[in-house]
Amino acid sequence: MQNQNNNILQGKRTIVLQNQPRIITATSIVGPKEGQGPLGSFFGTVIEDDKLNEKTFEKAERTLLHQAIEEGVTEAKKLGKDVSMLIGGDLLNQNISTSFTAREMHLPLIGLYSACSTMSESLALGAILIDGGYGDNIACATVSHFSSAERQYRTPLEQGTQRPPLSQWTVTGAGCAVLSKEGDYPKISKVHFGEVVDYGIIDANNMGAAMAPAAMTTLVKFFEDTNTSASDFDLIVTGDLGVLGSEIMMDLMEDRNFPIRDKYIDCGTEIYEKKPSFFQGGSGAGCSASIFCSYIYQKLVKKEINRMLFLATGALLSTTSSLQGESIPSISHLVEVIS
Amino acid sequence: MKISHNNYLEYVTRKCPKTQEGQTLLWAFIIGGAICSVGQVFHDIFENLFWTYSEDQLAMVVTATMIFIGSTLTGLGVYDKLGAFAGAGSMIPITGFANSVVSPALEFKSEGWIYGLASKMFIIAGPVIVYGTLGAGLVGLIYFFIYL
Repeated sequence: MQNQNNNILQGKRTIVLQNQPRIITATSIVGPKEGQGPLGSFFGTVIEDDKLNEKTFEKAERTLLHQAIEEGVTEAKKLGKDVSMLIGGDLLNQNISTSFTAREMHLPLIGLYSACSTMSESLALGAILIDGGYGDNIACATVSHFSSAERQYRTPLEQGTQRPPLSQWTVTGAGCAVLSKEGDYPKISKVHFGEVVDYGIIDANNMGAAMAPAAMTTLVKFFEDTNTSASDFDLIVTGDLGVLGSEIMMDLMEDRNFPIRDKYIDCGTEIYEKKPSFFQGGSGAGCSASIFCSYIYQKLVKKEINRMLFLATGALLSTTSSLQGESIPSISHLVEVIS
Repeated sequence: MKISHNNYLEYVTRKCPKTQEGQTLLWAFIIGGAICSVGQVFHDIFENLFWTYSEDQLAMVVTATMIFIGSTLTGLGVYDKLGAFAGAGSMIPITGFANSVVSPALEFKSEGWIYGLASKMFIIAGPVIVYGTLGAGLVGLIYFFIYL
């Protein structure tokens, strides 16, 4: 099926980008805990104080996002590209980090909420806009902060409660990728928007188990659409399923006859040291964003990986829906990146 | 086994890591016991210091002291670390109650003294007070009718 803009829909849902928008720069900034993790040396900036001398953690979160975007815009400028649009989101109510940051940017903004899958959603939308000729240089960015997320979703920081074994730590970090039309940079070749999937998990601490079926659904449908399997890719990366969630993901994929085990990593599992105090690992919109915009992007640039899939994963719950006993609907959007 | 929508919850329950009850119970017992022992030490000191006080008055002073300690440790950022491995051991004693009032007060100060600090202060302790009072009333009522 071919439409007016020459974009081809492969299978039922996979969008093949004809002009393959390039990711010309990727910048990342993370908190001290993330900086001490195994991927610490890959991040652009590691901050020492996670409050960044701000009065509130919400302001600190905005500063993180601001810095990631600012650096992205500056680097793009050095390459002769003027960023003309901003696409992104965060986890705070009404997306305040993104819109408050954009207030100082004087750029058109498409604010998104797709929980922790916002980074791949931003990349997918940005790529489509550029591919269709509707934009030149677009910055895609997301952010999350442990302390602001904790007070919105869970308990006060100083409260002496025990974290359940299934819990994950919201990553303090931001990532920004600038998409453009041409040049010798990693390219986004296909995008696949996920559907909302809910297998009935109610426990808001068990987000990995809630999101794994969404990631599985997107990946299986993408493989079917494009007639590919894990062997066609160098790397398959999910957002923040965590240790348990990624185990479930691998089980689910094996169960569907699409084994991914030897090609697969999960950003939430990789970001922290493997210590019991980190439980299932990291989560948050900044988790997949900061890793994609550092470790993964650098591997793509060095051509250590040539073809990969990035599926950030989001749990679409709210504190209200959790208290009302609702299960957790989840989503996962996919982008295929080739070096 | 085919993992489907229908048997997913069962599969996840099997796959989930379990809370290590032996370890958590032991730490809760040790820390909880230690906090109560500290209370007892204060009780014995105050008993000698304020020898005119009745047992009720002594209990009041000890409680106030423990609340002061719990609040201070919360402010210093120690109590949450204690709670991370002591669990119910540090939550159940009166110091835990102090922690549950002081921690949201500290956290929500950024939203102002009235709508932040004062109104959010009881988000955790509120239910304890409501159902504690209600429970006490109920027990009192039963007691009243038994000895009528």
